[in-house]
Amino acid sequence: MVIEHKWKKWVYFIIPMAGFIIFTLFPFYWMAVTSFRPDGELYRSWRAANATPFWTLSPTTEHFRDLLTNTAFLQWLMNTMFVALVATAISLVCGLFAGYALSRLKFRGSEFLGTAIFITYLVPQTLLFIPLADIIRNMQIGNTPWALILTYPTFLIPFCTWLLMGYFKTIPKELEECARIDGATRFGAMVRIVFPIAIPGILSAGIFAFTLSWNEFIYALVFLSSVEEKTVPVGVVSELIRGDIFFWGQLMAGALLGSVPMAIVYSFFVEYYVAGLTGSVKG
Amino acid sequence: MTSDALQRERVHVSRLTRALENEKLLAVALLAPAVIILVLFIAYPFVMAIWLSLTNLRVGGVGEFVGLDNFIKAWHDTIFRTVFWNTFFYTFWATVFKLALGMWLALLLNRHFRMKRIIRASMLLPFIIPTVLSTFAWRWMFDPTFSVVNWVLYHIGFITVRLPFLSDGDWAMWCAILVNTWRGVPFFAITLLAGLQTISPDLHEAAALDGANAWQRFWHVTWPLLMPVTLVVVVFSVIQTFSDFQLIYVLTGGGPANSTHLVATYAYQLGVGTGLLGEGAAISLFMFPVLIAVV
Repeated sequence: MVIEHKWKKWVYFIIPMAGFIIFTLFPFYWMAVTSFRPDGELYRSWRAANATPFWTLSPTTEHFRDLLTNTAFLQWLMNTMFVALVATAISLVCGLFAGYALSRLKFRGSEFLGTAIFITYLVPQTLLFIPLADIIRNMQIGNTPWALILTYPTFLIPFCTWLLMGYFKTIPKELEECARIDGATRFGAMVRIVFPIAIPGILSAGIFAFTLSWNEFIYALVFLSSVEEKTVPVGVVSELIRGDIFFWGQLMAGALLGSVPMAIVYSFFVEYYVAGLTGSVKG
Repeated sequence: MTSDALQRERVHVSRLTRALENEKLLAVALLAPAVIILVLFIAYPFVMAIWLSLTNLRVGGVGEFVGLDNFIKAWHDTIFRTVFWNTFFYTFWATVFKLALGMWLALLLNRHFRMKRIIRASMLLPFIIPTVLSTFAWRWMFDPTFSVVNWVLYHIGFITVRLPFLSDGDWAMWCAILVNTWRGVPFFAITLLAGLQTISPDLHEAAALDGANAWQRFWHVTWPLLMPVTLVVVVFSVIQTFSDFQLIYVLTGGGPANSTHLVATYAYQLGVGTGLLGEGAAISLFMFPVLIAVV
């Protein structure tokens, strides 16, 4: 390929890449540094001579201890986990079935349904939260995890269906036909032959759906009201700011603890996540 | 279970399996759960949103049909006009920056270098971490009294007085655009990178042999081939940005003086904050024609 001079490599690659890395990661570094900093150092004016913003002289875990003992943070963490897992499971089952039907079975209206599901994928949550709040209230499930477990699939199912449909199309039909000649039912062939082959696709869809539900904010904000039912994002926003006062140490500790599970899940499944992400835009 | 019941059960099961052998019946059975959830929680709320927007319903009250009053009222409301304009401004600039920086980052990541996997993985972090939580980190970085950005700029010697990041309307809008860009660049970069990897290096070598420089190779070879992926990514991003809520809610709450309110945050303020469900629903629905136009 083209031979590069050393200075060119610096100008065209190393410096911009370093810029991107700093820009991307600095807020997380800042989050972490702040959460371990005692209040005395935290609230030191930016012009004070002894201000050392980039590191902490005497790190402390007081914010974490405070967060875990004086707020319902652990409860929020459990709520978020429960909602995200159940909503993801429901969406995966619905998405697997619907994706299989749309990609393999011949029936009238299959194209129309495929398009309709794709369109619902594009409906943003912020368009419908007001009437949905009303429906949730009428169904008597307001302020329970079920309000979220039933509504999160509205943006997860279209995504899962779409992704898995694409995946099923890459699996040769002959495999199922063989199984059916050997006496398997249609349903059996689907569950025992096609689904196991689709496991990478299922993982991608699952990881992506899980991160989406962990991130969701507006439904959780509108549908939940009592402190102990909240999810992490909503709890941090509504309970760690009292009046106009921001408890930055606790806020950053909460943000860090709320992010870590996501980062761990992500680090194990980066490749699947990327596959889900890039698959999600293959229209 | 008696043998009789067992028998009945077996007949029942075999009837079900036989029904599922029929392609059409199986399709109906498989699609039913997804369709029921989507109809119940998307199609029905959508119809209800239109109905609500035509009434003057408040929380705890009984709504009366008022026709298009809510829409007309919103259209003549100066705050709403500001909000609508803000939303376009925010979406336009955030998308431009995300596309430009995302493309640049994708091109950088497409090269071979040490620690490529870990760097690529860490570049996606802003997209993985819950937006609300990372936006708090930004808000803290923009804090009027304790801003680290001010500290750095002051010590480099760029500024002598602190910058009004979130307390001045224009500054706040650009800060929101910056944070949105920060969050969205990974999505652009990774999807564009996937597109880039499908482009054969032979094309680049051929162009290089013909004397094309790096910029020409990008503009005449890479860009046209990436066009389909780029369009899809931009459509997705525009929809997400136009309907953005959480970032603004946390960073500025729409202030100062409504200068960063977007349609979604304003609808929330009216519909949930003030309890004017009809007006709030009408304002959310203003998003709809724009979204349709984008698709």
